[in-house]
Amino acid sequence: MRTFVDLHLRPSINDLGHVEEMVRRSSGLGYRSVGIPLPYSIREEKIRQLRTICENVRINLVTRIDLAPKTSGELLRNLRRFRRKFEIISVTCNSKSVARQAAKDRRVDLLAFSPGFPCRRFFDKAEAELASKAEGALEIDMTSLLFLTGFPRIRILSSLRKEVAVARNFKVPVVISSGATDAGLLRGPYDYAALATLFDLSMPLALRGLSENPFSVVDRNRRKLNSGYVAPGLFVVRDVKHCLGV
Amino acid sequence: MALKVENEEPLSEKDLVGAIWNSILQLFGEYGASQTNLYLVEFTPKNGYAILRCSHKAVDVIRASVVAITRVNEKPVAIHVMRVSGTLRALRQKLVVESK
Repeated sequence: MRTFVDLHLRPSINDLGHVEEMVRRSSGLGYRSVGIPLPYSIREEKIRQLRTICENVRINLVTRIDLAPKTSGELLRNLRRFRRKFEIISVTCNSKSVARQAAKDRRVDLLAFSPGFPCRRFFDKAEAELASKAEGALEIDMTSLLFLTGFPRIRILSSLRKEVAVARNFKVPVVISSGATDAGLLRGPYDYAALATLFDLSMPLALRGLSENPFSVVDRNRRKLNSGYVAPGLFVVRDVKHCLGV
Repeated sequence: MALKVENEEPLSEKDLVGAIWNSILQLFGEYGASQTNLYLVEFTPKNGYAILRCSHKAVDVIRASVVAITRVNEKPVAIHVMRVSGTLRALRQKLVVESK
């Protein structure tokens, strides 16, 4: 049985009732993990409160930060500051230089593009090649497909179709998230998968984008954030004091 | 296909069918809509449960269209697909089992 993950739930963090409502709805719709973007100045106590709310509805909280830097220098500074503080780092690429830097940096987990501005969607072949080498994933928020209508929706569907085709060619994982700010905009994983067929993502690939792909990103980062992590493929299994003959 | 309609104000059967057809027409056009063989079997406005019958080849089309509905008569609405089954009888049995 698949474990579904929604990596982009956007409740109002200051309103814990709203957080609980959205997390409860997500749990009811079949998600087992949710990612909530947090402000960089968030306190540990607040994160603990959010974790408690999630645990009460048997859902796993994934902490995440959404960066939207103006320059690649700002992106690098932010990555240095926040990489070890949050489990997921998503970068909204508003310029080509930021998009390229984010795609080639292994500390970036998710590449996101502005849904309202098709001219700011920089996910082309060069971007996909860099993202593929750096194990980055393309994140698609489905809320934009729900609230846009008419010509803007046609444009976003057209852009997404091209991006998904490029991602498939370069084996860049696609992560499908809700991006919902309100419980009324949340949908079940199979419903999102059906919506994803609108931009030519097949049902099996869409379901993978809602389960295996986000799960592997979270799993990889949790392992990296673990104190026993040394380098890719290298972990501290046992301390020196526990080894025989020392 | 069993649906659960979540809405703040009561919705009539006509509103629901109209919203679904509008959504299909917007996303797939008249050609796509003609292949769905869509029919609303039942709708209980009280609890928001509805059952749709459609061509099995058009399940994804209907699902995407139903899910894309966010407003009916300018009021916010969310429609979730609860179950899909090959026959109405099996669908009703599954719903009964789930409600227990």
